[in-house]
Amino acid sequence: MKSTKVLVPSGVLGLGFDLKALNSGMKNKPDIIAIDGGSTDSGPFSLGSGTSKYSRAAVKAEWKSLMLAREKAKIPLIVGSSGTCGTNGMVDWMEDITIELAKELDQSLKIAKLYCEQDKNYIKNNFKNNKVSPLNPAPHLDINLIDNMTNIVALAGAEQIQECLKTGADIILAGRTTDTAIISALPLMKGADPGASWHGAKIAECGALCSSNPTSGVVLVEFDETGFTVEAMSKNAFCTPDTVAAHMLYENADPFILLEPGGYMDVTNACYNPINKRKVRVEGATWHPSKNYNVKLEGARIVGYQTSLLVLLRDNNYVQNVKEWTEKLSKFLKKEIKLRMKLDISDYSLDFRHIGLNSTLGELEKNEGNPVEVGVLCIVTSKRNKLSTEIAKLINPFLLHFPLTINEELPTFAFPYSPVHSDRGCVYEFSLNHLLELNNPMDAFQIKISEV
Amino acid sequence: MSTLGEKVKKIRSKNAGPFWITIDIFCGNKQVYDDICINLDNLEIANLLMIDSQNLKRFEIENLNVIKFSFPRNIIQGNIYDRDMHGAQLGILLSEMIY
Repeated sequence: MKSTKVLVPSGVLGLGFDLKALNSGMKNKPDIIAIDGGSTDSGPFSLGSGTSKYSRAAVKAEWKSLMLAREKAKIPLIVGSSGTCGTNGMVDWMEDITIELAKELDQSLKIAKLYCEQDKNYIKNNFKNNKVSPLNPAPHLDINLIDNMTNIVALAGAEQIQECLKTGADIILAGRTTDTAIISALPLMKGADPGASWHGAKIAECGALCSSNPTSGVVLVEFDETGFTVEAMSKNAFCTPDTVAAHMLYENADPFILLEPGGYMDVTNACYNPINKRKVRVEGATWHPSKNYNVKLEGARIVGYQTSLLVLLRDNNYVQNVKEWTEKLSKFLKKEIKLRMKLDISDYSLDFRHIGLNSTLGELEKNEGNPVEVGVLCIVTSKRNKLSTEIAKLINPFLLHFPLTINEELPTFAFPYSPVHSDRGCVYEFSLNHLLELNNPMDAFQIKISEV
Repeated sequence: MSTLGEKVKKIRSKNAGPFWITIDIFCGNKQVYDDICINLDNLEIANLLMIDSQNLKRFEIENLNVIKFSFPRNIIQGNIYDRDMHGAQLGILLSEMIY
């Protein structure tokens, strides 16, 4: 067989890559350009709200470079997990950007969109029929919770991406997809070794993170019947056996096993050998198909509305006693909120963080030291947006003036801005870590074709 | 007295999906790796992280001189009590532990 070359411009669309490295990559005549467009990495907001983490301007600028490279080479260009969360709305958002650019660049294109969003009734039926099973650990799930989710997506694998490739589309805009499937789909289709196809995809999923120079972005992976070869495309980036092997550790709970739709990959027996100082050959990973075809589900729901306040304490007495101060203040506020707003502590939550003391690690902190100032971040969460703002306004004067002891002049601390409360809107929580069993890989996915 | 961070090349931590955290200890060479494999106790790490030691997975990756710990988050990513979405500051606890 002829080898299959996949060019990965960077770990995610919107993060930037070295244009010179992209050009060097294109000179190697890749068969496809594949880039990831998202993940759950930054938290539940993107999926909960169905919005992109990255700015449209950044995504458009990078997509333009990739569309220009694609047009010249006449190869497919694919983005996975469009718009960070990969909801249908974000696939359409990527299509808008693509159509806009096609007009600006005078390109005629066939676009395949892969929709991965899940209808709640479909998930509820599958849940009732025991086709939804928990991974470890999984949040509790019931029919009501499914109803409460704002967005549910299933992660597409190689099979769904291959269906898109078979349409002959110039550009594939995929909804939520595993980071690896956009890279492994074509080599698998062309007969490359399955273990190597997934392993090479995993190594290249974050672009040049598997090299000595992560920010350069671009890597090229060449797949064949026995393994793969990975090479960084920037002049200043080098792939060594150590940098490549180390990437199996990154963001992976298990450094040897990777679960994918339809099976798992095992790299226990993989060997990494240098070809030259910038290129590594890898063989030995194995692919193990599963009995059932499962895809992973992600979902998020609204757990409340948040308002935050920040006060700065510089007075040494208050800095030294900030924990005691906060404890007294918290007790006092809960009493006042009960008295004035008739709210029980189960109606809202009040969380204080001591910035400068232990706000990052909380009770795990072993090294609190002796700060000159402490920022007290007060986070109010309740079931209704206006309620959180009301609670924050009630808190405001006490946060500014609360004394440590009764017999002392009323202190006034520093508010860094006006108003001191910031409404943060909806707060979401990840509510699914489950598998969905499918009879046919396309059962939970749809492909739509358009031409511009 | 020295810290684990001073002894090894690098320690990093990161979320591995919304429900897990993983910590990689890059020992730098075989001698340090062997030493840490023998002397770094799971229970000590679990106590430091305030997790049940039964939930702590330990991987010893000899060809990279790496010891890796993975565990389910006590508080899932983005929960209102989460303090570090990416869990990338948690590795500091291991770096600063006396070893």
